[in-house]
Amino acid sequence: MNKKPYLAIIITLLLALMLNMLPLPDWANHLRPDWVALVLIYWAMALPLIVGVTTAFIFGLLLDVSQSTLLGQHALALVIIISLVQRLYLRIRVYTLIQQAIFVGILLTIKQLMVLWVSGMINTAPDTSLYFLPALTGAIIWPWLFILLRDIRRRFCHYQHH
Amino acid sequence: MVEMNALFQNRASLIVRAIILTALSVALMIADHRWNHLETLRHALSNVIYPLKYTINIPAEFVQWIDQSVTSHNKLVQDNEQLKSDQLLYEARLQKMDTLELENQRLRKLLGTPKKASERVLIAEIFSVEQDPYKRLISINKDADDGAYIGQAIIDANGIMGQIVHVTSNASTVMLISDSNHAVPIQINRTGLRGTVFGTGDSSKLELRFIPHNADIKVGDIVSSSGLGGRFPPNYPVGIINKIERPAGETFAHIEITPSAKLEQSREVLMLWHNAPTDTFGLEGKNKTKGKDKK
Repeated sequence: MNKKPYLAIIITLLLALMLNMLPLPDWANHLRPDWVALVLIYWAMALPLIVGVTTAFIFGLLLDVSQSTLLGQHALALVIIISLVQRLYLRIRVYTLIQQAIFVGILLTIKQLMVLWVSGMINTAPDTSLYFLPALTGAIIWPWLFILLRDIRRRFCHYQHH
Repeated sequence: MVEMNALFQNRASLIVRAIILTALSVALMIADHRWNHLETLRHALSNVIYPLKYTINIPAEFVQWIDQSVTSHNKLVQDNEQLKSDQLLYEARLQKMDTLELENQRLRKLLGTPKKASERVLIAEIFSVEQDPYKRLISINKDADDGAYIGQAIIDANGIMGQIVHVTSNASTVMLISDSNHAVPIQINRTGLRGTVFGTGDSSKLELRFIPHNADIKVGDIVSSSGLGGRFPPNYPVGIINKIERPAGETFAHIEITPSAKLEQSREVLMLWHNAPTDTFGLEGKNKTKGKDKK
């Protein structure tokens, strides 16, 4: 009953990090959802006692290193959206998948905005409207990712029941 | 039970933790931006990133390896012959170059402006391309142990590619000249006109900015580095002027440049020790009398 879910969480997050770094053609790059943010949102919602702002901070820093952004740029954005998830997780859990996807889309937009805001302050902001596309693709992918991660959680983390 | 705890016990501490981490991120960003003190932290975290990047590249490397190992004997022999004849050709050209260089140096000595001896170079391999669509960054497989340093110039066979912006363990990040945050001081070979070439974020074009309408500039002019910023060695090709517009009512002309270096295609690049910090290389340092005004 008390199998520790840490391994499953770390592995899914590292896989998400790899998906974020996977080489893609240029057009697909504009569509790539932020897998790390999506997986973090899921775990923060499903197991809020284990995955929270600290995990978000650490993986944010890893994202910053892997994308050569300012150290703390993604960390800040992820800490903010994950703390929102922590406030609202009970509500999100009872949403339908479509409602959840919309909410996730909003969270990802906030994250993109935070990153863009910092980029703007140091004059490295991209000047294209395609910038928010990953939030949309993230929302579209959410229902499938949710089901996949729920199965993983049920198999490896018999720890809470929903 | 766990749920209840989550509800009542942790609320306040959660907010405190979120606030602390937010403040910490902001502090990190400021430290990183203002003082560049965080290269060690970046270095440490890159130890986690490197194996992941490496794993991602395994399939591509594998395909390449298969491709190389099933090359036929005939093809190899053919390639070998081709390369040998190329080698001969280049050597012949190089002989001429050598005499020319000596002559050049002798003439410069006569003029009283001795030119530095040639730079030390090392071949590095590109092992990944950053996946942020709004940046032009690549990773190469050389780190501080090989002598890589921040600000080091990177070229390929055709021209200047970019400069190193981060040195981590086992790899260094290179910002290409096409990145929209990059600029190279240049001069036009034909006229000696100086200027600055900016990246546009598009690897097929660069921009020469702040050149007035009446400047003597033609499509087809070769643009090469001037070496003025201290980052890049002088006289390496940067690109060729490809389009000039002189919109009425604007102070400066719009000049588009096609980069000489194959920014998207190269697999191997050359690292140049042009302005290396002297303490890293005792030997090289002795040859460098000038050219370290930066770093």
